[in-house]
Amino acid sequence: MSLDKATVARIAHLARIHVPEQDLEPLAGELSTILDWVEQLAEVDTDGVAPMTSVVEMTARWRKDEVTDGDCAEDVLANAPEAEMGFYTVPKVME
Amino acid sequence: MSSELTGLTLATARDGLAKGDFTSVELTQAHVAAVEAVRPLNAYITETPEKALEMAAESDKRIAAGKAGAMEGLPIAIKDLFCTKGVLTTAGSHILDGFHPTYESTVTANLFGAGAVMLGKVNLDEFAMGSANMTSYYGAVENPWKRKDDKKTKLVPGGSSGGSAAAVAARAALAATGTDTGGSIRQPASFTGIVGLKPTYGRCSRWGTVAFASSLDQAGPMTRSVRDAAIMLGAMAGFDPKDSTSMDKPVPNFEAALDGGVKGMRIGIPREYRMDGMPAEIEKLWQQGIGWLKGAGATIVDIDLPHTKYALAAYYIVAPAEASSNLARYDGVRYGLRVPGQTLQEMYENTRAEGFGREVKRRVLIGTYVLSAGYYDAYYLKAQKVRSRIAGDFRDAFDHVDAILAPTAPNAAFGQGENMDDPIAMYLNDVFTVPASLAGLPAISVPAGLSAEGLPLGLQIIGRPFDEETVLRAARSLEDAADFDTKPDFIAGR
Repeated sequence: MSLDKATVARIAHLARIHVPEQDLEPLAGELSTILDWVEQLAEVDTDGVAPMTSVVEMTARWRKDEVTDGDCAEDVLANAPEAEMGFYTVPKVME
Repeated sequence: MSSELTGLTLATARDGLAKGDFTSVELTQAHVAAVEAVRPLNAYITETPEKALEMAAESDKRIAAGKAGAMEGLPIAIKDLFCTKGVLTTAGSHILDGFHPTYESTVTANLFGAGAVMLGKVNLDEFAMGSANMTSYYGAVENPWKRKDDKKTKLVPGGSSGGSAAAVAARAALAATGTDTGGSIRQPASFTGIVGLKPTYGRCSRWGTVAFASSLDQAGPMTRSVRDAAIMLGAMAGFDPKDSTSMDKPVPNFEAALDGGVKGMRIGIPREYRMDGMPAEIEKLWQQGIGWLKGAGATIVDIDLPHTKYALAAYYIVAPAEASSNLARYDGVRYGLRVPGQTLQEMYENTRAEGFGREVKRRVLIGTYVLSAGYYDAYYLKAQKVRSRIAGDFRDAFDHVDAILAPTAPNAAFGQGENMDDPIAMYLNDVFTVPASLAGLPAISVPAGLSAEGLPLGLQIIGRPFDEETVLRAARSLEDAADFDTKPDFIAGR
């Protein structure tokens, strides 16, 4: 499975990582090598095999739907690169 | 006196403190000096000597009052993947610049609750992605071991818990926490001649540990003896309602489980771990291990784990997929680095381009691709089915055996910069550790011998889910037989 430049650009956009034009080609090569290597999984017969969704056998726990934490806006914002008046700030989204 | 103190194990230091041979403050002072002395290895990212001495003074009070916990007064290093309240937590990444958590991870809270003293935060591969500790934004970690005939080449300590391994091996911490996603505790333990235990998935809480691949990540102890691994695991483990995959099971007295030996135990030897091109010295060490366990009264049984050869490929779909999702949170808004952009979108893209290193980007992109529309079934779903097959292989094997013996890694520590051009060559380091990770099983690496180059090599014991006791008992038997007492070239403060 080899990826072309356009596909790498699309994935990079989905992953929200800026990749400069000149890096797309080498990156396509690297990613293709890894994808070619994982192709070997096609050899494994997995007909009727359920995908592993739980690592240890356990049933998900239930809990009451109630507030257990909160009232700590200062803590939440303590590490924000930019915060104002109790809010995160970001570049303007709407005109 | 001070090098005597840093040369102790957790068990002997605990006993010395109890007898009053020295205080925790004395023990900690010796280690604070060792942390300074170990700087050339770049094992620590953040040193916390004041905090350590404060914690030690509190420990001395509790010891005097007869209220000592299981790790009381014992100075340890914390992998910089665990959030520590008020102390810089980096995950080895530029993107977490300046991040001071406002909360404590459950594992570190448990350890500190048991009296452990924190010396500082230790280096790791960025977001725990790597097998050589070469990808940290804070620089590579050097292995305290050198080749017998080549004292110049700097070797890697393995990864991702490379700082933990180097600090413990160089006597700059009595023990350290590690995390293991595909081998990140066991492989560096093997490379540095120490003990590393990855518990069963669900044994230690993941809450407050920076996430890499949530269905694989598991914290565990890195120590200089099997007994120490038992002591420290007991203090780290336990049910945590804040982690939805934490298992609500009592924590056994692991130290008490060490006695009893392997007499009557059935030990499986997986045929499929005999890989093409595996160095003869690894095979020889494995045979030696088989001989030791047999000599101690275990029954050796050949077993099949037929899907072993597919484990790495499945891992390199599942782990990047989960990483791409987990790392979506680093967006320049809530914590860490922000690189400006004209729009919100540009700000995200610039922040993540500058904040993530090359290997992390590579894995996030692979993960994004295999989860993207049209490819999910072919890659992620297929890999999760293969993972079921691998787990099934182990389940079948454990119908016949109590534990499995295998090498930890296919080679000894290599030079810094080697294997960097070919990601797959680097990934092959984890060929023997990844299967147990995919199946969520407990596994330990014990130093068992030296390579022809004079470097440590580990043997691995893999056990049934939540049967760390059998794993530890078998490991103890290997440890006794191997009697590994060679020291690394670099010992802090010597």
